[in-house]
Amino acid sequence: MKKKILLLLASLALVLSACATGHQTLKVMTHDSFAMSEELKTAFEEQHDVTLEIIASGDTGSALNKAILSKGNPIADVFYGVDNAFLSRALGEGIFEVYDSPLLAEILDDFELDPQKRALPVDFGDVCLNYDRLYFSEQGIQPPLNLADLLNPEYRSLLVVTNPATSSPGLAFLLATIGHFGEDGYLVYWQGLKENDLLVVNDWETAYYSEFSRSGGSRPIVLSYASSPAFEVIYADAPMDEPPTGVVSGDGACFRQVEFVGILEGTRQRDLAEKWVDFMLSTSFQEDIPLQMFVFPVNQNAQLDSAFTQHLAIPDRPAFVSPEDIALNRERWIQEWTETVLR
Amino acid sequence: MNGLSITNVHKRFGEIDALIGVSFEVAPGEIVAPLGPSGCGKSTLLAIIAGLDSSDQGDVQWDGVSLAGIPAHRRDFGLMFQDLVLFPHKNVSENISFGLQMQHVQKEDADKRIAEVLELVGLPGFEERDVNTLSGGEAQRVALARSLAPRPRLLMLDEPLGSLDRSLRERLVFDLRDILRQSEQTALYVTHDQEEAFTLADRVVLMNTGRIEQIDTPQDLYRRPASVFVARFLGLNNLLDGTLQTHDGNMEVITQVGRFLIPPHEIDLPRLKDDKYLDSDEDDQRPVTLLLRPDAVSLKADGSFQLYGTVQETTFRGSTCRAVILVNGLPLRFDFPAAVSVPGAGEAVTLGFEAHQALQLFFVDSASSSAQDR
Amino acid sequence: MDTRVDRDRAALKYLPAMPHQARFKRPRLTSILLWLAPLIFLLLFYFYPLGSILGMSFARAQGSILAPFIEALSSASIRGVLWFTFWQALLSTLLTLAIGLPGAYLLARYEFRGKSIIKALTGIAFVLPTLVVAAAFNALLGPQGLVNSALMSTFGLQQPPIHFTNTLTAILIAHMFYNTTIVLRLVGDFWSRLDPRLGQAAAVLGANKWSTLRRITLPLLLPAIASAALLVFIFTFTSFGVILVLGGPQFATLETEIYYQTVSLFNLPLAAVLALIQLVCTLALTIIYTRLVSGLSRPLSLRPTHITQRKISTWRGRFLAGIVILVLMGLIVAPLFALGFRSISNFERTESSTARQGYGAPVWRGFTLENYRQLNINRRGSLFYASPATTIAVSLGYAGATVVLAILLGLPAAWVLSRRRSSFLNRSLDPLLMLPLGTSAVTLGLGFIVALDKPPLDLRASPLLVPLAHTLVAFPFVVRSLTPALRSISPRLREAAAVMGANPRTVFRHVDLPLVARALLVAAAFAFTISLGEFGATALIARPEYPTIPLAIYRLITRPGMQNYGQALALSTILMLVAGLGMLAIERFRIADIGEF
Repeated sequence: MKKKILLLLASLALVLSACATGHQTLKVMTHDSFAMSEELKTAFEEQHDVTLEIIASGDTGSALNKAILSKGNPIADVFYGVDNAFLSRALGEGIFEVYDSPLLAEILDDFELDPQKRALPVDFGDVCLNYDRLYFSEQGIQPPLNLADLLNPEYRSLLVVTNPATSSPGLAFLLATIGHFGEDGYLVYWQGLKENDLLVVNDWETAYYSEFSRSGGSRPIVLSYASSPAFEVIYADAPMDEPPTGVVSGDGACFRQVEFVGILEGTRQRDLAEKWVDFMLSTSFQEDIPLQMFVFPVNQNAQLDSAFTQHLAIPDRPAFVSPEDIALNRERWIQEWTETVLR
Repeated sequence: MNGLSITNVHKRFGEIDALIGVSFEVAPGEIVAPLGPSGCGKSTLLAIIAGLDSSDQGDVQWDGVSLAGIPAHRRDFGLMFQDLVLFPHKNVSENISFGLQMQHVQKEDADKRIAEVLELVGLPGFEERDVNTLSGGEAQRVALARSLAPRPRLLMLDEPLGSLDRSLRERLVFDLRDILRQSEQTALYVTHDQEEAFTLADRVVLMNTGRIEQIDTPQDLYRRPASVFVARFLGLNNLLDGTLQTHDGNMEVITQVGRFLIPPHEIDLPRLKDDKYLDSDEDDQRPVTLLLRPDAVSLKADGSFQLYGTVQETTFRGSTCRAVILVNGLPLRFDFPAAVSVPGAGEAVTLGFEAHQALQLFFVDSASSSAQDR
Repeated sequence: MDTRVDRDRAALKYLPAMPHQARFKRPRLTSILLWLAPLIFLLLFYFYPLGSILGMSFARAQGSILAPFIEALSSASIRGVLWFTFWQALLSTLLTLAIGLPGAYLLARYEFRGKSIIKALTGIAFVLPTLVVAAAFNALLGPQGLVNSALMSTFGLQQPPIHFTNTLTAILIAHMFYNTTIVLRLVGDFWSRLDPRLGQAAAVLGANKWSTLRRITLPLLLPAIASAALLVFIFTFTSFGVILVLGGPQFATLETEIYYQTVSLFNLPLAAVLALIQLVCTLALTIIYTRLVSGLSRPLSLRPTHITQRKISTWRGRFLAGIVILVLMGLIVAPLFALGFRSISNFERTESSTARQGYGAPVWRGFTLENYRQLNINRRGSLFYASPATTIAVSLGYAGATVVLAILLGLPAAWVLSRRRSSFLNRSLDPLLMLPLGTSAVTLGLGFIVALDKPPLDLRASPLLVPLAHTLVAFPFVVRSLTPALRSISPRLREAAAVMGANPRTVFRHVDLPLVARALLVAAAFAFTISLGEFGATALIARPEYPTIPLAIYRLITRPGMQNYGQALALSTILMLVAGLGMLAIERFRIADIGEF
């Protein structure tokens, strides 16, 4: 028995050392929602004569934690997937190296939330309330246009959102209300939602696939993403012209999540890492993003596929809360929210 | 009638008839031994009497009251299993007191009874012992004590000494007899061992493939076996094929060994299958089996019958000497008391016997195969 | 005397009784060597990572190391979380036993058609990731699920009467759904070999059915029942997905709290304290369990099932059996069928259906295999697309490795545990074995990152970590299912074999192994299903190009779009089938030269 374990460990060591002396490898650590097309990967590998290894490490928070805990002896060379809610934590722990990529010139300033260029923006998506068109047309009610509408009696018992403690869109929506109503007003708003029979569940899947009326649930307004209606069209069972759901995209009703990439401190493949970051910011990658990850490119020169833009609603003025404020107040805000809504 | 009464019990398992028309009685205080080879249905019989299984037909009664529908735990019978089945998680005293607990006996009285019963089986002071550490003989006695303790109106023992070695068995069988008699326990003692049955039982029920062959006291069973099967089971040798013809009450039996002319009333006429007696005037020849008892023959030439033969071999067996003697080419076995000096191999001998002591006739029916000893 | 074992048992009668303590003294060296493999495994892949992450977490504490402890214990909400974690686990365990024990009795004592199917079906429940289970229950009990729709149309109701999600009931039912199979297998297997004549002996001595159950059967079954109860309790104590998804925001256990503190707040010191509390509770429980049980296991005459089992003969028996099967089916199989049914169904929402219910419930429009077909298509040319065949192969590969590893580690540990029950080595090492089951997966996952970062053990990104992580959970299971069986082998059988000239290894092969062949199969089936359904560790570690089935399901179910959802259901159904077939295959597998035992 003991022999078998030793044998296992020995062969393990052998395999690992064999890998190390091979051909160059670039390791990219991401969360598990990362996707890209196969041909793009092959293109990059051939162009730079490198093997690309993607290491998916759980959800955003978990992946970031792993990167933080392996600081100094990083698991990968690049980390993609930090969003603005976690940005301050990442920067504060100092896991990234500075890289002033030339492609930053093509990106809107608004997205550069790290002036020190340790984390570079790659894509953005908006967390917005979606509504079931069929329900509202049948009932003859106007779908809500903005956050304040949801306090009205005609929208009583129609809303389902997710818990900011356990769900990333849930946190985003909370931040949207803070951004829109301010620190003094947001709790009053939530109190109002609670009195209007709000339903809170812990995760997006339950909200969207169990409680949303489109899936057979009883709530026609659900917290999701601005891109969800497009998903519904593209991944529909039967072809449809119009998306079956709409987005509540009034001012301050949505929250913009920006995702960043950074070169991990301590990497031994600095050059290749830079190439990869450049690649991620380049139009070829950026244009691939929407149909792979269903978020939007930050590169101004990226052309969006008409199939996608047809059903898209990019809100004009999403709510904004700075990453620093988020890092500072996150726990308190969640606690206050929990006191108000769940107790 | 008082006591146990089994009437016409049938039991079938799939294709096999385990019990066919079994009927007998056990009087209070009597020890009856169902005896027979493996597979004759003894254990099934016990299970049915105990209420652990049900018969397809027939009835089990106690003191005239039918037990049909009464579950095992309310019959007040005791059963000692072949492999004991002691409760492994209870010690000796807990095993024994189990039946008493079910009777809601007070602790004090129960403790007294436990001590009493342990004393009876010869294991005083064993109360705290772990049953898993007992030797074979000790475990046997604890199992016996457990089944005796609640004073069941009927105690059934299923081959209780089966897996013990010979000397232990011989000792225990006498102990058992004393214990049972001392307690005046009505008992059914199932065994395949003839010696055990004869030592213990008041009456023996000899069984063969589900049927009862004979019910008698050990002496009567041994002296007058009711069928060829019984004779063979009891080790009564020299079963000869022959034919019978009667003339004026005389019986003429022709066998390979010789022609026996038996005067009337010397031996019982064999019974026919339906229990009728042979018409003494019949002229037809009937096939019969003739039993020449090995223990009823002497080496002196006295007696109404004589046989002449040659000794083939002798075996000294302690209290008896067994001799194989060729008579008319057929080897016959005889047992002589040790005091008698038996001639050696090759010697010619004359054997003498009386018909009423040594001979018995059985009809051959299609159920029994050839009775000729080899 | 039909088997070798019977013959050997007969030989026992010739052995003189030996005093208990002196019985079969084995050199301690062998015990130590046998413990070595499981111990090294635990040290490398459990204690070392755990110690590392706890150490690192406490190093981040602001102020003294006691600060997070004080923070945790003085917080009312944390105390509330601890209390809730404990009593929901207790309640879940009791309920699971209440359903599982009658089921175990039925499976143990009776022979009827469809038995292996029932066992396989209840085992499948164990495999499913929580999101899939939530989907299954939703199909059955959701606002527009089968039950509510039926009730609403029958009684003309406006609102769905049954609210399933976000309730304590949902948590309890889900726990029963998941864990009944543990009781059925552990207790059922053991019960199936208890000599029925013990009950007969009791009956003849005057015990009715209840007395027999209470005084004879249950005490003898206690080691198996305690094992099952311990496992169910630990699982429900550390339950994460069920509490999160089915319980909703109102309920928090230690595990969900640890997740929140770690991932959302990155408050590692507090998370470490909570993880330690969880660990200490598990340890305490396991110690109580080992104390309780080690005194209980005794040599039993275990009989083959063709003797202990019989057909159901009376109508009353059939009726009762029917009720038990109905309950088991309703609880466990109905959601599975609902899931499978939905995966092959075509639902459509039209104007007309809206008018009726007000919410536009989708209407069933017939069967379709479109979801399955779509699984095979990589629509976006995506890099991480994996065909069902690939995911099945990956899952089976990991599961196979886990079974082998778990048995290689678990068998020696179980064997030593069964020999000298109260030795110091056993008493201290046994509880340690259970610890991985009671450890927060989040914490341990981070532990791997922190600890295993230098060659030759730089496994942070290695797929090898997946079967290792699975084995950590599976091998305590193996130990727990093998130990009662091994303990109940009469030591005299081994002695008899030894007296007849067999060395210890031969004794093991010819006496112990055949007698526990069945328990080994149960253990293998457990390890298999645990690996197949494991999601948490796998999500953190696996290569995205080679996802396991649960991982692939997760990817589909976290995206909007009916096709995604449909494919997720289809893949879930495939997972159920793979698990079921796998378990049936294991049950049919016969260990050499021993037939049905």
